[in-house]
Amino acid sequence: MLNVESKDVHQCSQGWVPVYADQAQQLAVMSIGFLLSSRDDAVVWRGPKKNAMIKQFLSDVYWQELDYLLIDNPPGTSDEHISTVENLKKYKPDGAVLVTTPQAVAVADVRREITFCRKTGIRILGVVENMSGFVCPHCTACSNLFSKGGGEQLAQQCNVPYLGSIPLDPQLTKSLEEGENFMNSFQTSGTRQAVMGIAEMILTQTNDKHS
Amino acid sequence: MADVPQNAPEQCPGTQSEEAGKSSACAGCPNQIICASGAAKEPDPAIEEIRQRMTSVKHKIVVLSGKGGVGKSTFTAHLAHGIANDDTKQVAVLDVDICGPSIPRVMGLDGEQVHQSGSGWSPVYVEDNLGVMSVGFLLGSPEDAVIWRGPKKNGLIKQFLRDVDWGEIDYLVIDTPPGTSDEHLSVVQYLSAANVDGAVIITTPQEVSLLDVRKEINFCKKVDLPVIGVVENMSGFVCPNCKIESQIFPPTTGGAVKMCQDMQVPFLGKLPLDPRIGKCCDEGKSYLSEVPDSPASQAFREIIQKIQITCDTSAGVSREEETGEMDTT
Repeated sequence: MLNVESKDVHQCSQGWVPVYADQAQQLAVMSIGFLLSSRDDAVVWRGPKKNAMIKQFLSDVYWQELDYLLIDNPPGTSDEHISTVENLKKYKPDGAVLVTTPQAVAVADVRREITFCRKTGIRILGVVENMSGFVCPHCTACSNLFSKGGGEQLAQQCNVPYLGSIPLDPQLTKSLEEGENFMNSFQTSGTRQAVMGIAEMILTQTNDKHS
Repeated sequence: MADVPQNAPEQCPGTQSEEAGKSSACAGCPNQIICASGAAKEPDPAIEEIRQRMTSVKHKIVVLSGKGGVGKSTFTAHLAHGIANDDTKQVAVLDVDICGPSIPRVMGLDGEQVHQSGSGWSPVYVEDNLGVMSVGFLLGSPEDAVIWRGPKKNGLIKQFLRDVDWGEIDYLVIDTPPGTSDEHLSVVQYLSAANVDGAVIITTPQEVSLLDVRKEINFCKKVDLPVIGVVENMSGFVCPNCKIESQIFPPTTGGAVKMCQDMQVPFLGKLPLDPRIGKCCDEGKSYLSEVPDSPASQAFREIIQKIQITCDTSAGVSREEETGEMDTT
């Protein structure tokens, strides 16, 4: 998605050097994807091996000075999530952003994710409702493919901030497919505005914490 | 020995793991010497117990996906409904997505509880010929999270496979979480003596999803799990207003059709996006019953038929290989 699929990870004396997604080296990336010899290789690991990898990613990567470290997790409340939280605790993480699609089946799982955050003492920065409505590019009629409003309702019910919603946007999907920076290429898109709105709310919450 | 014994430390890697007895978490555990010696890694007696339990289950299908959110649980539920529409077939669904058990809601069984009988745990029945088991039935409230590491999840999966009294059934459909980890390895391992028909893999059309499906197919090859085929879900959306089709998840690299050709696995079919599918799942209803005449229902039925034919054909081949007799039914 960040157009760095074929890159390799190198070691330096201070640890693993992350892959940079841009010339200015503002956006560093680390992923197990960089360690596979082929993109079709399956990582068939049980929990303990995954936990060890996550610990290494958090302690051995030479990030240098960073303003923000974003950690993408798989769905669930299991090894990856427990390990991430346990290994991050000493660094006082700012919190978690929870992403859901609007329908009740997805919201039900995110409700459990909220419980996970509360039980592990991770602050909840808020809920994002993704794939929230589709505006037909041919006639501009809006269809709620995965229902609507479930994320906002969940945030209200669980008393956590609602950060906003992002619509289904074939231009966004296509950009991700091609590793194109959607936020640069589609400056006037409503989807971009929605993402920026959410980013600003997260920045405000996390800047408040440090000021 | 149990995968995670009662007296094991919090980070126990599991008695069957390569790190059993050797990981840093093992220091001080009363079982450390046994694990390190390899004595704990003898064939698990549960595998034979599960094989016996599975003799009353004709066909076993595992539903997999590489990515989350592609419609695995939706497909599992509707595969089960579709087969069970034939009153002469007995069908069951086993939900081993321990952290995100969606099957109870999708099948209209939210809030139900599991009961024990003399012959084991009783599944919860949607219809007379359609039973379900899920960790969702063991949770007290919708907020309850299952925050378990791998070994504990494996223990529950073993229990589900060994202790649920399915009775005589034609199809057991197993819903899994996305990925290629503990749950998937455990299902394959515990069913190793029980002859699984194969895996149905769900994807959406775009490369970001196909990337993970290729890994899933390689997982199946690694563990000798036959691939019944791949379903391309969310494949196009016809706007109800202007009737023009949009590719919301564009098949930029040829979609599942091309991927199946490249990976030499069967392509089962495409399912279009229809907001009524998600709505039915939210309400616990069968989309096949609620909207029987839509293109999506038609596509579902064709895919389900292909899966049944594959299972019946390979069962016939296995019988022929065992007995030397051709199946003429």
